[in-house]
Amino acid sequence: MTLRMKTKLTAVTALTALLLSGMAFADTTLTFLVDNNTDSVAAAEALATAYSEKHPDVTVEVEQRPGGGEGDNIVKTRLATGEMTDVFLYNSGSLLQALKPESSLLDLTDLPSQPKVADGFKSVVSADSKVYGVPYGTTMAGGIFYNKKIYSELGLTPPKTWAEFMANNEKIKAAGKVAVAQTYRDTWTSQLFVLADYYNLQAQVPNFAADYTANKAKYATTPAAVKGFERLQDVHDKGLLNEDFGAGTYDDGLRMVATGEAAHYPMLSFAIGALKQNYPDEMANVGFFAQPGDDAANNGLTVWMPPAVYIPKTTANVEEAKKFADFVGSVDGCKAIMAVNTVQGPPLIDGCDLPADVPAAISDMLPYFKDGKTAPALEFLSPIKGPALEQITVEVGSGMRPAAEAAALYDEDVRKQAKQLGIPNW
Amino acid sequence: MVEAVRPKRKSPYPLWFFLPAAVIYGVFFLLPTATSFWYSLTRWDLMTAEFIGLENFHQFFSEPFLVQGLINTLIYAAMTSGLKTVFGLLLAVLLTSNLIARGFLRTVVFFPVLVSTIGIGITFTVMMHPTRGIINVALEATGIDGPGWLTDPALALFSVALVDLWKGVGLATLIFIAGLAAISPDYYEASRIDGATRMQQFRRITLPLVQPATITVITLSLIGGLRSFDLIWAMTRGGPGFSSDVVASVIYKQYQAGFYGLSTAGNVILFALIAAIMVPLTAMFNRREIDQ
Repeated sequence: MTLRMKTKLTAVTALTALLLSGMAFADTTLTFLVDNNTDSVAAAEALATAYSEKHPDVTVEVEQRPGGGEGDNIVKTRLATGEMTDVFLYNSGSLLQALKPESSLLDLTDLPSQPKVADGFKSVVSADSKVYGVPYGTTMAGGIFYNKKIYSELGLTPPKTWAEFMANNEKIKAAGKVAVAQTYRDTWTSQLFVLADYYNLQAQVPNFAADYTANKAKYATTPAAVKGFERLQDVHDKGLLNEDFGAGTYDDGLRMVATGEAAHYPMLSFAIGALKQNYPDEMANVGFFAQPGDDAANNGLTVWMPPAVYIPKTTANVEEAKKFADFVGSVDGCKAIMAVNTVQGPPLIDGCDLPADVPAAISDMLPYFKDGKTAPALEFLSPIKGPALEQITVEVGSGMRPAAEAAALYDEDVRKQAKQLGIPNW
Repeated sequence: MVEAVRPKRKSPYPLWFFLPAAVIYGVFFLLPTATSFWYSLTRWDLMTAEFIGLENFHQFFSEPFLVQGLINTLIYAAMTSGLKTVFGLLLAVLLTSNLIARGFLRTVVFFPVLVSTIGIGITFTVMMHPTRGIINVALEATGIDGPGWLTDPALALFSVALVDLWKGVGLATLIFIAGLAAISPDYYEASRIDGATRMQQFRRITLPLVQPATITVITLSLIGGLRSFDLIWAMTRGGPGFSSDVVASVIYKQYQAGFYGLSTAGNVILFALIAAIMVPLTAMFNRREIDQ
């Protein structure tokens, strides 16, 4: 061994020792898994920074995963194998129920922040009357984004009924514009007309969610439930869609409604984040209205709940993880998220108010909440959502299958889901 | 009648010599196969498995799109396998003739085999876009109104099969080139002296003598086609709607939905389907090879 090598070796050893002793200062590192949506990651990073400022001995490491079905698989697999991070972000409602929270997640009912969380949110992260999550973001809504420029050029007003909506569409089409943007390359975007029609469905059939879960009400045999499929078929059959609807993507849809290539794009309000990022100059031109039904007097909004932060039972840092979750659910945590994220609807934590300058689409949304004209989407009222809905709605929206037949087919899909979940009466 | 007893040949290796391979085979192949048969009989959420008998198989067969998925699988496998055999042989004949830059051209044909399937899928999806894709833009320039390659339900499966052909034909060509190289030039020389035309040479000499290669190509590409998934998923996700679903994509969607037992049952069915097609086919091919 030459002298130089010896020196090097000594240096390396010393460095290693230094590093090891540095770690031995017992900083806790919490790992936090989030989906790779820009908004989710930005919020997670902001929370991690804000939390470390308060608790210098804790480092929060953000890990990313893909969204959609692939992300579901990663979360389920990691939970099942005990490889889940200390805290993680995941959907509320029916998707949470599929994780079997009773056996896989820690009970967060007693977190100090819970009393300020809206009850409506708690109900969608609960099982057996125990609360398992804290909200990550604001309320969302499903409805129709519209281009205000086109509306003012053609002298149109946001519709209160489906008939008015279709009349507007005919005028837009006559003016040589695309009336409704549809983007079936991203199949999930095809479900909106069906899912966002739930306010109208529950207005006519108040017991639908309970009867549907109990295998008593079916889509195909409930005329108000078939309506959503019929509306989807209607916009296709009247030739209101963009020419390449079969190959369009979610990003295409946002571009079309933001830049005025299309007048309408049915979507969830989380799109406001992407719109703000990609088309900051067009934000004032993008408005929002609830999916119109048949009754102008009862025009209301279908509401989605944001995802939540959960703690798996397998975490080694129970106390630290709970403290971090408590922070996420607190007013400070909510404000940390709001500082970087786009607001998508009214807040869910008491004392965490919306900033003064919200996008136009949000201001359009707030009156529905003020007037109490909202209803949660079906996936938050029933654990059963058929996995093939997006393929079925692509078929209806492409004119491949009539609405009534599609509703019956979806009932079959729902039956499969219910059986796989082991729900009674199926 | 005295039966001829075949003397049992003693293996030249001691028993412990086989042990490592046997352990690996057992742990990584036999055990997973056995457990997958078990899980196909359960309602499984990765954490708990509840035995439900043949319920999953019943459900899978009543899957509304399974039948179409099965038909699509067969169409897809037959189409890709047939086209790869025909084009592979033709390309191999071309590339074994005296061409300029033969080595380079062989590389070019083989190149798509090396590229990632997902990458190819995404690239072709962009190229096949109904209004902005390069294919339809080019067609429009010549005055033809190009179809929605991947968005027309009647066309989607065939478009994907054509891309599969482009991607896989290089491997078939390679196997055929090896097969052609093994044919002795004496046959061609002798037939030429007898006055055979090029066509006759191809039909009477090349085709019969390249048969082992043909069988390999058909077998490989048929199995590949029957379990094909990645390209279809990257290009259409079984859509539009369910129109280009194959058995493997139907299975994957069950898995995605969290129906792990059900998707395992689907895999058992796919295994049975491939076996049901391939076992008689290989037996037939083997007989024909022996006959020669």
